[in-house]
Amino acid sequence: MTADKVIFLLCAALILGSALMVVLTRKLIHAALWLVSVLFGVAVLYALLQAGFLAVVQVVIYIGAIAVLFIFAVMLTRRELLDRGPQTRSNWWIAAILALLILGGLVFLILGQPEAGRSAAAIPATVDTLRNLGMALVSPSAYVLPFEVASVLLLAALVGAVYIAGIGKK
Amino acid sequence: MQSEWLYVGLFLLVGIIVPVVPLAFAALISPRKPNPIKQSTYECGIETVGDSWVQFKAQYYIFALVFLVFDVETVFLFPWALSLKQLPLYVVMEGIIFIAILVAGLVYTWRKGLLEWV
Amino acid sequence: MNFLNDPINFVASWLHGLLTGWRLPDGLATVIVYFIGIVVLVIFAMTLDIGLVWVERKVVARFQDRLGPNRIGPFGLIQPVADIIKLVIKEDITPAGADKIIYNIAPVLAAMSVIALWAILPLSSKIFGVDLNVAVLYLVAAGALGTLAIIMAGWSSNNKYALLGAFRMVANIVSYEIPMVVTLLIPVILADTMSVQGITQAQSGMWFAILSPLAAIIFLISAIAELGRSPFDLTEAESELTAGFNVEYSGMKFGWFYASELLHAFTYGGFMAVMFFGGYGGFFGLETIPGFHWLTNPFVEALVFIAKGMLGYWVIMWIKYSMPRIRIDHMLAFNWKFLTPLSLVVLVDTAVLSKLLSGLPAWEYVLGMFLSNVIIAVITVEILRGYGRKQRLAEERLPAQAVHN
Repeated sequence: MTADKVIFLLCAALILGSALMVVLTRKLIHAALWLVSVLFGVAVLYALLQAGFLAVVQVVIYIGAIAVLFIFAVMLTRRELLDRGPQTRSNWWIAAILALLILGGLVFLILGQPEAGRSAAAIPATVDTLRNLGMALVSPSAYVLPFEVASVLLLAALVGAVYIAGIGKK
Repeated sequence: MQSEWLYVGLFLLVGIIVPVVPLAFAALISPRKPNPIKQSTYECGIETVGDSWVQFKAQYYIFALVFLVFDVETVFLFPWALSLKQLPLYVVMEGIIFIAILVAGLVYTWRKGLLEWV
Repeated sequence: MNFLNDPINFVASWLHGLLTGWRLPDGLATVIVYFIGIVVLVIFAMTLDIGLVWVERKVVARFQDRLGPNRIGPFGLIQPVADIIKLVIKEDITPAGADKIIYNIAPVLAAMSVIALWAILPLSSKIFGVDLNVAVLYLVAAGALGTLAIIMAGWSSNNKYALLGAFRMVANIVSYEIPMVVTLLIPVILADTMSVQGITQAQSGMWFAILSPLAAIIFLISAIAELGRSPFDLTEAESELTAGFNVEYSGMKFGWFYASELLHAFTYGGFMAVMFFGGYGGFFGLETIPGFHWLTNPFVEALVFIAKGMLGYWVIMWIKYSMPRIRIDHMLAFNWKFLTPLSLVVLVDTAVLSKLLSGLPAWEYVLGMFLSNVIIAVITVEILRGYGRKQRLAEERLPAQAVHN
């Protein structure tokens, strides 16, 4: 087992454990902080996959903005930050079976792929992935339309948020 | 590339160990005599009234939302900035259009009066 | 390769050879060498941090016409050591009702988010941690962890002041991060790279502060806001929140908040130097003249870098100790209605001009960039003047009663 695999397994364990804690913990604010742990684990996975840009963006956007927004929303909306009452419903086992079935299906599909189990070739050091990403984003033969549409999408999100917030102001 | 992130990972690890060591040392040698008065919530000598987790202005949240949208936008601009030197002038125009669409959002928020604190 | 020209690689390869000579596997030897290097670098940072405590206290004393610490050691130099001993042996009080785990993680995270910045801080062309190709964004990411630490500290303390401080922190991040990231884009455009080494080397002939002085000023303002220092110290605000987010912390846990704030300020002075003032280099071509080659020695470069970082730190202190605290609505309005639009204008201007002027001789390029910034500054001042006049007239026209409401 290579060092990469050890780090991957540790990281995967961290993500899964934290994800479980997100749903199991009774304090909402703890759930939000466990979510930060999940998001950080995902950032480490990106770094392992040589996607440094995505790893850093994951921390900047998800931990720096979205998780903070979550914590904030939790602190703003509920005075009682404890979740009382049972955490499961009587038919939880149906959900468990469904989840296992989906997992089995996914594993089956992935193992059916001819590339399954092979590790990707390392990106040569001469390739500047970051610059390639930039070129692909803005050159007309590649992804310039999604790039501009992303801006419109962000605008729509902003206008929507402002509109909803504006209702309360009047 | 790989070893760069290994280095960063180790750095974060040392970044955790270095603050923990003096804290652990302090926990070993510092006195520990808790009593209810000492541990009560500090509020300039007056006894605390009510819950500490009080309700806050929703205005904080609106600013955070606007911030989130702009944060995502600026991250998109980094790859754009790196491709400027390689591609002809139209790239600059693309970036300007991208920024202009978001400035429209800022202007909308401003005109709707959501950038006011009260 | 010898020690004076390339100290880190010299020691590292010697150590690596030594370890592999002991039949350690190659990968493990690399990890050990990295680890030792990091520990040395972090210990250096911490030693500097102890020095910064003394510098900060002496400088604030001079600003306030006092002497500052002068009892322990010559010029009070040993004072920070005494401070540390005091902090370590103080009783550590955990307030009742605090969320203990989060309460204890927060100071460690706060210190880590600052120490993490030293991984990319280019002390010289040969003495640095790692030259990430996304270093500029890494700077922002580490700041995100610091923000999280303050929110955790404020929330877990079970104290109204602390929680108010945490809430204001979010107001703070919405006020600094957008202009800061936008102005960080400007060195990226000018240097055509996101690595801090690349940005430093691109400034060997001309500082970016001269190409884009407005960006440098906006970066300084938003860096001060990110640091949470006066006039943007709303998270601490000792006159209204006593100490803000860290009011319930005592002993060494408080010590870490304090130490990381000082180190953070110095580190941002350093990044200010990297992004706009040539970092460890930027001698305007002086180093190529015979007789000045010693300027490129890594130790000289490191000294230059620390001097520039200290200068940036001093400017931040100067502003901190001469400005009153800004009100929260003013701070948000200043950011969203002034700083963010202005930084976007400067960004577009830089992007367009770097394209249009790229074919011109160097001095015309520099002059064009500089003049465009001057023009933007003049227009901004004129707009503000017109706005201020309009507001003054409107206030004069109103009866006195209306103003009271």
